[in-house]
Amino acid sequence: MVRLITHNLLACHVKGCNTNNFPLQFQDVQIELREADFNADFLRGFLPKIEWNALVDAARQLGDTSLPQEQPTMIDDDFLKALHHVLLEIHVEEGAMVCPNCKHVYPIASGIPNMLLAEHEIG
Amino acid sequence: MSRPELIAPPEIYYGDTEAKKYTQNSRIQQIQAEMTYRALELLNLPPDQPAFLLDIGCGSGLSGEILEEQGHAWVGVDIAPSMLEVALEREVEGDLFLQDIGQGFGFRPGSFDGAISISVIQWLLNAETSHPSSSPPRRLTRFFTTLHSALRNPSRAVLQFYPSSDDQIQLITSIAQKAGFGGGVVVDYPNSKKAKKVFLCLFVGNGGGQQVPKGLEGEEAGERAKFEKRREREKRRKDSKKNNVKDRDWILKKKDLYRRRGKEDVPRDSQYTGRKRRPAF
Repeated sequence: MVRLITHNLLACHVKGCNTNNFPLQFQDVQIELREADFNADFLRGFLPKIEWNALVDAARQLGDTSLPQEQPTMIDDDFLKALHHVLLEIHVEEGAMVCPNCKHVYPIASGIPNMLLAEHEIG
Repeated sequence: MSRPELIAPPEIYYGDTEAKKYTQNSRIQQIQAEMTYRALELLNLPPDQPAFLLDIGCGSGLSGEILEEQGHAWVGVDIAPSMLEVALEREVEGDLFLQDIGQGFGFRPGSFDGAISISVIQWLLNAETSHPSSSPPRRLTRFFTTLHSALRNPSRAVLQFYPSSDDQIQLITSIAQKAGFGGGVVVDYPNSKKAKKVFLCLFVGNGGGQQVPKGLEGEEAGERAKFEKRREREKRRKDSKKNNVKDRDWILKKKDLYRRRGKEDVPRDSQYTGRKRRPAF
């Protein structure tokens, strides 16, 4: 269940990979849409944590263009609905995430990304 | 009591059968739920505000379900694939990661409003290989430093664990402090053998402002203990019944007694005396 809400928080944690390690790029993904309960309070609270450009890019990669390129200053219901859909309802089921810097591949199987590192990659 | 962390590494110990057992056992469920509620209490989140929490060692999502109930969103990490499979079957709402917490987290700074962990970090105290990257202090350091940066300032992390000695508590708290955490250890029911629970209550930021909460005192009142006593009693009764079985010694004694009293037709003793008759085929 990689949703964009967690993808937006996830950087590469391989040893020595400290710059340009976010956001991870999706590769060969299969997505699934699943409805989730809408919770405006939670979204409002979460908004300051979002890296907006990374979120929009990731959403475009997955074929969703409902979000504007710039983060709007006015937060209305339509915007929250769109944000809710992008953050919480798009599930990446299969595929992989690749670090843009060190090219480490985190494979995703049945919705669970494998974040394990090899011995020489542990910091 | 045997300790599972001494038997095998977690991803192997919690294989398919153990994962199912863990999730279906109502006693484990109840203990897990109680500890999760207590951990939430210690987290001291602002009321009526949905938070974004990290569940370290989420397993099959038993504590995650409680977080959902309380209206929080959560992300879970665990190293046992079988446990995560059970979590998927149970359709928990959090996002799951297959991750070794001793290798550190890759979350962006300030991602989470808090973290909980139920019965997990004692697993970090065993070295699985002789490679320097698997030495417990190094893994703990990596775990605490990356956890510290993944949490928002100010926030808390509450980690319940089962230390086997005071040295372990000492080691864990000192490494956590080096990683920048404030706070300390909270012990619930310190005088009870069964109900005693150790929580590591860590603060990010706001050092002097927050005080380490007090542990719960007194005896834990529970239905559970009663049930266990009954089961033990029943087991003892069964055992004592087994001792009444009329075995070879008993038969030989009786036959000897009959012979001494002059009773006729007492069968001879042989290698077959008192032996169980097997079914023909």
